[in-house]
Amino acid sequence: MTHPILQAAAVTWISLRTIPQRRGSSGAAVFGIAGVVAVLVGTLSIAQGFRQAMTAAVAPENVVVLRGGVDSEMLSILGPEEVRVVEDTAGLARDARGALASAELYVVIDLPKRSSGTDANVPLRGVGPAAYGVRPEVQITAGRRFEPGRSEIIAGRGAAAEFAGLDLGSRVKVGRNEWTVVGIFSAGGGLAESEIWTDAVVLQDAYERDQSYQAVYARLDSAGQFDAFKDALTSDPRLNVRVVRQADYYAEQAEAVDRLVTVLGTLVAALMGMGALFGALNTMYTSVSARRREIATLRALGFGGGPVVASVLLESLVLALAGGAIGAGLACGLLDGYRASTLNWQSFSQVAFAFAVTPQLLLEGVAYAAGIGLIGGAFPAIRAARLPVAVALRDL
Amino acid sequence: MSDNVWVSVRGVDKVFVRGSESIHVLERLSLEVRQGEFLALMGPSGSGKTTLLNLIGGLDRPTSGEIEVGGERLDGMSERRLAAWRARQVGLVFQLYHLMTALTAERNVELPLLLSPLNRLERRQHVATALALVGLKDRARHYPSQLSGGEQQRVGIARAIVTDPVLLLCDEPTGDLDRKSGDEILGLLQALNREHGKTIVMVTHDPHASARAGRTLYLNKGRLSAEMPE
Amino acid sequence: MKYLLLVAANLRRKKLRTVLTLLSVLVGFLLYGYLGAIEVALGQGVEVAGADRLVVRHRVSIVQPLPQSYGARISRLAGVEDTMHASWFGGVYQDPRNFFAQIPVEPDRFQAMYPEYVLPAGQAEAWRRTRTGAIVGRRTADRFGWKIGDRIPIQAPIWQKKDGGNTWEFDLVGIYDGRDKGTDTTTLYLRYDYFDESRAVGKGLVGWYVVRVKDPEQAESVARAIDAEFANSPAETKTETEGAFAGAFARQIGDIGRIMRAILGAVFFTILLVAGNTMALSVRERTSELGVLKALGFSNRQVMAVVLAESGVLALAGAGAGLGLAWFLVGRGDPTGMLAVFYVPAARWAAGLALAAGLGLVAGLLPAVQAMRLRITDALRRA
Repeated sequence: MTHPILQAAAVTWISLRTIPQRRGSSGAAVFGIAGVVAVLVGTLSIAQGFRQAMTAAVAPENVVVLRGGVDSEMLSILGPEEVRVVEDTAGLARDARGALASAELYVVIDLPKRSSGTDANVPLRGVGPAAYGVRPEVQITAGRRFEPGRSEIIAGRGAAAEFAGLDLGSRVKVGRNEWTVVGIFSAGGGLAESEIWTDAVVLQDAYERDQSYQAVYARLDSAGQFDAFKDALTSDPRLNVRVVRQADYYAEQAEAVDRLVTVLGTLVAALMGMGALFGALNTMYTSVSARRREIATLRALGFGGGPVVASVLLESLVLALAGGAIGAGLACGLLDGYRASTLNWQSFSQVAFAFAVTPQLLLEGVAYAAGIGLIGGAFPAIRAARLPVAVALRDL
Repeated sequence: MSDNVWVSVRGVDKVFVRGSESIHVLERLSLEVRQGEFLALMGPSGSGKTTLLNLIGGLDRPTSGEIEVGGERLDGMSERRLAAWRARQVGLVFQLYHLMTALTAERNVELPLLLSPLNRLERRQHVATALALVGLKDRARHYPSQLSGGEQQRVGIARAIVTDPVLLLCDEPTGDLDRKSGDEILGLLQALNREHGKTIVMVTHDPHASARAGRTLYLNKGRLSAEMPE
Repeated sequence: MKYLLLVAANLRRKKLRTVLTLLSVLVGFLLYGYLGAIEVALGQGVEVAGADRLVVRHRVSIVQPLPQSYGARISRLAGVEDTMHASWFGGVYQDPRNFFAQIPVEPDRFQAMYPEYVLPAGQAEAWRRTRTGAIVGRRTADRFGWKIGDRIPIQAPIWQKKDGGNTWEFDLVGIYDGRDKGTDTTTLYLRYDYFDESRAVGKGLVGWYVVRVKDPEQAESVARAIDAEFANSPAETKTETEGAFAGAFARQIGDIGRIMRAILGAVFFTILLVAGNTMALSVRERTSELGVLKALGFSNRQVMAVVLAESGVLALAGAGAGLGLAWFLVGRGDPTGMLAVFYVPAARWAAGLALAAGLGLVAGLLPAVQAMRLRITDALRRA
């Protein structure tokens, strides 16, 4: 008697050879599963891309100082005295010009989306001279930096791609102010790429904000100094501020959209997975019943029940994995890098991002397909093994 | 054509084409069956018995020649009209019964009546009559899988006679049955022929079966003869 | 209809397969209903916006305030029937995750402008009498278990009070319902006079105006007249219909509708495959039975109709159950806790049933044609 594994291999080989005879039903199962995996990977790649845009390129040493009790810089306000106190606090990294702390303003302007032509909220950030030191990932890719004191702006490459009127050299009218786009910058794929930057002082004038700011972005000597820095600020009686790591702040900001997309994506994929599971069950039951006589013959020749079960499971798994690979490939080919933008509800402004199909997601998709294949094969496999040999032989 | 000839086959050829090969199954075959006759058709496998029966039943059309049943020409009739003709004029009995496994006996018998203008109540009455005639009144609610082979064939016969056609065409009606059940079925066919005036053409290769018929013809290599071939 | 007996019998033939097919169709239509609700929620307001209402906001961004004095100037323009102003309070109840909008308004003008918010007369009267009074929609009241008479504390990071605090307390004097299913009943409305008097900064400024025009046909020209009125002033305006405003806002969230439709497309494609495959299988298995039907005198068309009816019944039954389940689940509320409205408009249910009929037709067509073409003599021999 041959080893059961060799038996299983032989039976599986026979069953796989008969797939072309059951082209329609096998194909339906494969493409059903491909659809499920494509949808699963596709929706999760939206959440993934959004999360990446929100959290990419944030140095662990970076902190954000906001007004106490506020969860978004949109709602925050800091006076010039408070900003000075923050800048003088120990623990900040320094360069030739002084502490790496950038007092910033954050306003929202309307610009038309290129895709739909409708207005969207685009963040316009006024930054201090230290901004480039705090965010070394910001690199001018075209043009130059804005000159302090002038009505010049530079646009993140995400914003420039997503919204009309931000091409290099073009002029943007906002209220009574007119700005010239003098540069396009990248920021390591980070959130800043969705923003437009200008000189904070110029923005204060334009928005009649006197000397006030909304947040201070700063870089610490090392990430380990965060607690000391935070304690120093929050215990200072002159201040009422909230100190958070920039990474945590962005993660907070991303939470709502992230949760929405992930919950919906998972829900849809789970339901679709059930639909595909029923399809797979149908296919495999059909496969078993089409091969009734063949299975019975093999059993009569002395093959064990185990190899029969294994062969049905393997056939189902092969079909599911093929479907999973096709679906993952589709998602990867069609959606990876697809650029979109959405409203970040916490900051009430647009975040430009690209769908990100990561290897991890692909793996999850294929694993999901394999799960569907195994469950879809299990019940029919049991039925095949229980088939009474004599009855099945006579049956057809 | 004399008045009591019901089936008339005149100079019929039937050629099947399989790829490059063409098989001449029937050759210039002629046959007359009178109303009320019980005719057995015998012959070896592949002699064209079933093909001839299919032609008479309007299930297939001749390559050439004429077929007339009950005064209507079947060759050249459109498929649609042939279907309607079968529903009214002929009852078919098969070797493997060909019952719908998902329907009870009475529902199976009712099938051809769905094509008639009868209402539900009338259909019920016809079905009951037919089932009573084949002796299966008490099996009406059973599914085919719950019936023996002989009983299934009785359901098949009930389905064939429920529309009260003049002509019954039976293809090896006892071919799948044991001797006792087969004899009962043959007795039933004889009774239908004698007491109800049904014209019956039966294909068989069983001499026991042909012995019950009023006349036996032998088909060999596409030709008919009254004598058993050597 | 007498052939239905055949259809029913065929469906019972392989119960397991029928059930599996039904379930996969069910899942497809469950998703259809559910995704429909999400799509409506994300495009919130677009379908229920008043055609005769305009929204006037600051040209730079809705975040920029407008002077309160604009109200009188807008009212004087030709074609304007009524105006009101509203502002963004942006407060937090207990936890930032408990998001719902709070908007300061003038009660009488608000009620005249928005008849779709139904407030009992007694409660409206109480609101008029209570400066610190607020009304809230049924959805939010239910969400937090608020009752009339409760005192609701809300932290407002944007709006410091004159006394230095950020905690505002409101007396809940009314709970309004939506006149239509699609009406958003999550917002809390407070009194502008109390708000303006108590806030430390920003006096005399409002967030935006809502304008009712006399004739919806004239909406566009009135909008242009309003923007012209304030051109070259420190606060230029941008006026559009409520629907366009809501639509633009919905589009800010992204092309969610397109994504939803893409998902739905993928879902339907999958289901079509599964159901179509099952139909084809069951027809192939019944080749001989269909041949017998033809031998008995059923015409090609009748046989085709039987097969089509079978797939139609499967599709409609599955879709009916799926839509029913979607209706039940959508009624239980949205899964993310973040959507203002969560329901499926009646037209979408109807479209769902039409889709089901289409699915039945398409899935059954190929097998039905096969059945129609079936040659009796071949079919009988194959048995």
